[in-house]
Amino acid sequence: MEDLRLAWRNVWRHPRRTLLTILAISFAALLLVFMLSLQLGSYREMIDAAVRLGTGHLQVQAPGFFAEPEMRLTVDRPDAVVILLRATPGVTGVSCRSQSFALAASAHRTRGILVEGVDPAHEPEISAVDRQIRAGRYLEPDDRQRAVIGGLLADRLRVAPGDELTLLGQGRDGSVAAGVVEIVGIFRSGVDDYDRAALHMPLVTFDEVFAMGGRVHRVVAAVDRLGAVAELKAALAAGDTLAGLAVRDWTELLPGVKQSIQLDLVSGFITYGVLLVVVAFSILNTFLMAIFERTREFGVLMAIGTPTRRLVRLVLLESAFMSWLGVIAGTAAGAALTVYFSHAGIGMGGAADLLRQYGMEGRIYPWLNGISLTVGPVLVLFITVVTALVPAWRVTRLRPVDALRAH
Amino acid sequence: MTDMETAPGPMVAVVGVSKIYRQGKLEVRALDELSLTVAAGEFIALAGPSGSGKTTLLNIIGGLDLPDAGRVVVDGHDYAVMSGGDLADLRLRRIGFVFQSYNLIPVLSAAENVAYVLRLQGVEPAETRRRVHAMLADVGLAGLEHRRPAELSGGQQQRVAVARALVSGPAIVLADEPTANLDSVNGEKLLQLMARMNAERRATFIFSTHERMVMDYAHRLVRLKDGRVTAP
Repeated sequence: MEDLRLAWRNVWRHPRRTLLTILAISFAALLLVFMLSLQLGSYREMIDAAVRLGTGHLQVQAPGFFAEPEMRLTVDRPDAVVILLRATPGVTGVSCRSQSFALAASAHRTRGILVEGVDPAHEPEISAVDRQIRAGRYLEPDDRQRAVIGGLLADRLRVAPGDELTLLGQGRDGSVAAGVVEIVGIFRSGVDDYDRAALHMPLVTFDEVFAMGGRVHRVVAAVDRLGAVAELKAALAAGDTLAGLAVRDWTELLPGVKQSIQLDLVSGFITYGVLLVVVAFSILNTFLMAIFERTREFGVLMAIGTPTRRLVRLVLLESAFMSWLGVIAGTAAGAALTVYFSHAGIGMGGAADLLRQYGMEGRIYPWLNGISLTVGPVLVLFITVVTALVPAWRVTRLRPVDALRAH
Repeated sequence: MTDMETAPGPMVAVVGVSKIYRQGKLEVRALDELSLTVAAGEFIALAGPSGSGKTTLLNIIGGLDLPDAGRVVVDGHDYAVMSGGDLADLRLRRIGFVFQSYNLIPVLSAAENVAYVLRLQGVEPAETRRRVHAMLADVGLAGLEHRRPAELSGGQQQRVAVARALVSGPAIVLADEPTANLDSVNGEKLLQLMARMNAERRATFIFSTHERMVMDYAHRLVRLKDGRVTAP
């Protein structure tokens, strides 16, 4: 108690200096909370946008389909898989998909395209394509021989809603797959590569054209929480219903997204590291000043019998007071700032176009969560504690007689 | 160190102590095979010009510095066999210090400065309050307990320093030119106070000075010159 009181009063000997030090620590904590929330928010948007293209958070596929997506590698009894997934807590949407490559011929041009068979009744549960229609409409449950296509593909084929496309490909059984579909809508997902190649047709039509015989290539599921995906995947994979099938999550299905997040995290942490080093030197200066100018006082305390360990504790307590005050204030301010912008969003200006390339909106919404709220402040606290060890170590090296001679 | 009982024999025995300070190639012999014995309850002054070794001798007797040669035994404790921690514990329990420039902790009040030593010793809070109150009253500072050093005059600060040195009932009090920063009136008051404390509490007082008035108060005057005792 005595040490606490003495440390607290020592901290406020030079209020302006102490406040500046606390502000530096606060600023670091604030910045880390906000920046990490911003990063995590952008990752969430990025993942969300990517899975909304139809990848979903989880997929059930035939083994080997992911490495080599061949027509013959199918989920043979998709209904049972759909029932299981729908009954799984945390799963918010399930839909089936099939896919193939085909030649698409309009009245003007022919192109190789990606044909995706989707279930119009359930597709909106796992993707956002129905909300990205720019002309016409999306597929409806009763549609047959109809399709929607990406905007860039429509430009290339020079087609518009109402036009027809002739498709020519290979069926699951090796037969020639051919059909004619009417274009009812054009979508723009924001991902150029996808918009340049994709066509959605009803799963029923796909089944007929490509001779799937009721089979599908993928059963896609969306879940309510990103953090629950791994747990759900493990639980599903352990069950009997999916025996002989593979369960894959978004990290496997979208390795590029995962890698860009990892890369961005690394560069982010390098930046944070530099920030922390700058803050560390700033507060080290303050801590050392506080020791140097009180060297004689430490000598007096030693002379009257204060053990060195008590002096070390005093120095550490003083730095702990400043560190905790700074970290608490900074974390609170950072959280408040993050909460505000998590509702208001941050306009990305010129970068909005780039974001749209990833299917994201033109604004980023920081995501305050347990990680973004604690990692930064804990790092700041750690660095200040480590920094405080330097003056504490200097105190252990003091000899009473030398300290008493200091001015 | 576990035995803090007052040992029989002299309170301070300094035998053949030398201390050399080195600054680069320059060597200054601050103490030169100096010997001195101080009995319990003595009130003695170390006198001599600047550089004669007064402060060095006080530092060595107080365990703040160690001699390069010779032996120091204080209150029955031989410094040669004591660690830094043992010396700190001895200072805490058996030795009081009064410094020339008061050296109070500026962020603590007068009472807190005096209480600090008792708290280090682990004395109960109620007992600490009682003893601090009595001690400050004894040195004439009743009513000023809650003032911080900056709110006290030099003489009052030095009285707080004396109270801090005496509150735990030390066997010996070492004072390095305690009146040097005081005017003659306050200096004399402080000497009277220290003499009274010596008489009432039977604490041994050793103080350094080069002031005539201070020497007059001492029961014994030890003159130093060039690190040696010239007149016991």
